[in-house]
Amino acid sequence: MTEVPAIELKGVSKHFGSVIALRDIDIKVHPGEVHCLLGDNGAGKSTLIKILSGVHRPTHGQILVDGVPVSFRSPRDAAEYGVATVFQDLGMIPLMSISRNFFLGREPLKGIFPFTRFDKEKANTVSRQAMADIGIDIRDPTQAVGTLSGGERQSVAIARAIHFGAKVLILDEPTSALGVHQAAMVLKFVIEARLRGLAVIFISHNIHHAYPVGDVFTLLNRGRRAGTFRKSEITRDEVVAIMSGGEDLKAVEAEIDALLASIHQNEAARPSA
Amino acid sequence: MTAMEREAGSAEGDHAAGRFGIAAKRRGAHDERIAEAGWLTRLLRRPEAGAAGGLIAALVIFAFLPGAKALYSLQGSMTFLTLSAELGIIATAAALLIIAGEFDLSVGSMIGFAGVVIGLTVRELGFPLWGGVLSAFAVAIVVGWFNGLIVVKTRLPSFIVTLASLFILRGLSIGITRTVTGRTQIPYILDGVPDPWTAEIFNGHILGGLFRWMGSQGWIDTRSDGLPFVPGIPMSIVWCIGVAIVAGWILTNTRFGNWIYASGGDADVARNVGVPVARVKILLFIGTACAATLLACIQVMEAGSADTLRGTLKEFEAIIAAVIGGVLLTGGYGTVIGAVLGALIFGFVQMGIFYTGIDTDWFKVFLGAMILIAVLVNNYIRAKALGERTAG
Ligand SMILES: Nc1ncnc2c1ncn2[C@@H]1O[C@H](COP(=O)(O)OP(=O)(O)OP(=O)(O)O)[C@@H](O)[C@H]1O
Ligand SMILES: [Mg+2]
Repeated sequence: MTEVPAIELKGVSKHFGSVIALRDIDIKVHPGEVHCLLGDNGAGKSTLIKILSGVHRPTHGQILVDGVPVSFRSPRDAAEYGVATVFQDLGMIPLMSISRNFFLGREPLKGIFPFTRFDKEKANTVSRQAMADIGIDIRDPTQAVGTLSGGERQSVAIARAIHFGAKVLILDEPTSALGVHQAAMVLKFVIEARLRGLAVIFISHNIHHAYPVGDVFTLLNRGRRAGTFRKSEITRDEVVAIMSGGEDLKAVEAEIDALLASIHQNEAARPSA
Repeated sequence: MTAMEREAGSAEGDHAAGRFGIAAKRRGAHDERIAEAGWLTRLLRRPEAGAAGGLIAALVIFAFLPGAKALYSLQGSMTFLTLSAELGIIATAAALLIIAGEFDLSVGSMIGFAGVVIGLTVRELGFPLWGGVLSAFAVAIVVGWFNGLIVVKTRLPSFIVTLASLFILRGLSIGITRTVTGRTQIPYILDGVPDPWTAEIFNGHILGGLFRWMGSQGWIDTRSDGLPFVPGIPMSIVWCIGVAIVAGWILTNTRFGNWIYASGGDADVARNVGVPVARVKILLFIGTACAATLLACIQVMEAGSADTLRGTLKEFEAIIAAVIGGVLLTGGYGTVIGAVLGALIFGFVQMGIFYTGIDTDWFKVFLGAMILIAVLVNNYIRAKALGERTAG
């Protein structure tokens, strides 16, 4: 890869008091590429993307956007550089409508001062159109986001990121709470975003979600980068092994089986009422 | 890609789905799970639906009680409307702040304090009335800014921060007034001021000509000198309507209004997308302090005096009116129309109980019950707004 990465981390560390959440991380994400971050709970995935999205500032190290060093003071700042994040805890306000959420912080205005107002018609039509562009038909853009299903909410967040010209799209476990159909829908948007030339950073604990869409996989282990692999260099089973934190899944399964067996035994031993 | 396509429902998936008797989902097709919401349902889903119903119920119930004639007369109506309007001014500002996720318990003390500022600047410093009024608003801006700043900087609950302000402002009002004048009231504020017209702005009437004409036509009751009992529409009502229109317009039609909802809906999310949550909240704290000051102006001009105890408990009345009007105590939801309806119910029932001769002590019982009912109804309406998803 000779082209300039859309976003790059160089030697990034993050300390929370005495907790070292990340240590010396190097990551490059190129346009039109889906980069999966893998690792067990607490490995530092969310912390990493919070640095990428401007929520946290790195204790050490550098962030580069299109090869230029930047420092994000806020998520808004990161968004100005085209880095958009769909947060694990969603980043949407349930009691507000789809179109109000869609344009929150970037409201289209009309009218002249002092009668400048929020252009609700435009917000409604544009948000509906932006969602239609990635293949979702919303019934009513004035519907409260809280009434949408998990997948629909993710799709609003993704459509919003794409619409506002994101170059880098970051998704923290966007499919974790979703059923089969809705997860597939979100994965479709990930691919859609990649085809549009966005650099996508994608976190998932689910191999069926991560492996099909990922081009590059980076493994985090206890705050350190334990390796980066292209899809051609790694098999699905190896990814599974990585995601389970290097632990032997067979051993875990055997443990569970033993546990179940002992439960059955206890139940059999108990006199029936 | 292949796993995904299978999950998304390729031909194979459809086949499998068919085997289990599940109809494949088709994008763009009419979603049979969505019942068409009728206009009545949509109306009932509005945050102020409960308050509107409550007001109608109160209007009907009191019509059958003794004293209804006096209550529903022009004079009786004007009395309760004035009462409601005065409350409506602070309830509107309180509603915006509550929607943005904060409380201001210092509103009542601010009313007293603003009155003291007007009284002292006019009587002791020889300011013209307008100078006193401007001084009071300047003080209000500082107080509101201070309340807001402490809340957003410390992230302490505004309940506690403004509880402190409640005592500080009340204490300052009494302390300063007693030190300067030796009493706790400042009388004769309007006597000999160079600008009595300033008092008219807050305590005058509009449409005086119309009312006199209606009196001369015998349409409304007149005194022995031929002038109507009700000389016109009191300025407090005009102010309340003005404040409500401006606040309502800001809340529903402007970018700032969107930010108010977002700040109360989820401040972290709002901050993440670039909403200046701190600025929004500080401005709204300034708003409640200024609304309190406007009310103080109206009351001072009406009474011609300032009382250090004026406005006591008004902060709760304002919050109650907002809550009765469907504003969610937890923030992020509510309307200005609701807060005004809440103030109307409040004023109407208070006067209704007075006119019907029921012991006014019962008003407090009514108030308590009303609060409880309102909060329950609000929870229900909120669940409706979210299509039951967050119920429970
Ligand atoms: N604000 C914070 N203050 C202190 N420690 C933190 C903070 N945020 C994260 N940590 C710590 O940093 C480590 C990494 O957390 P992080 O949320 O990044 O994990 P993760 O990989 O996203 O896990 P999961 O898969 O469960 O989402 C954890 O040990 C966590 O306790
Ligand atoms: Mg996480």
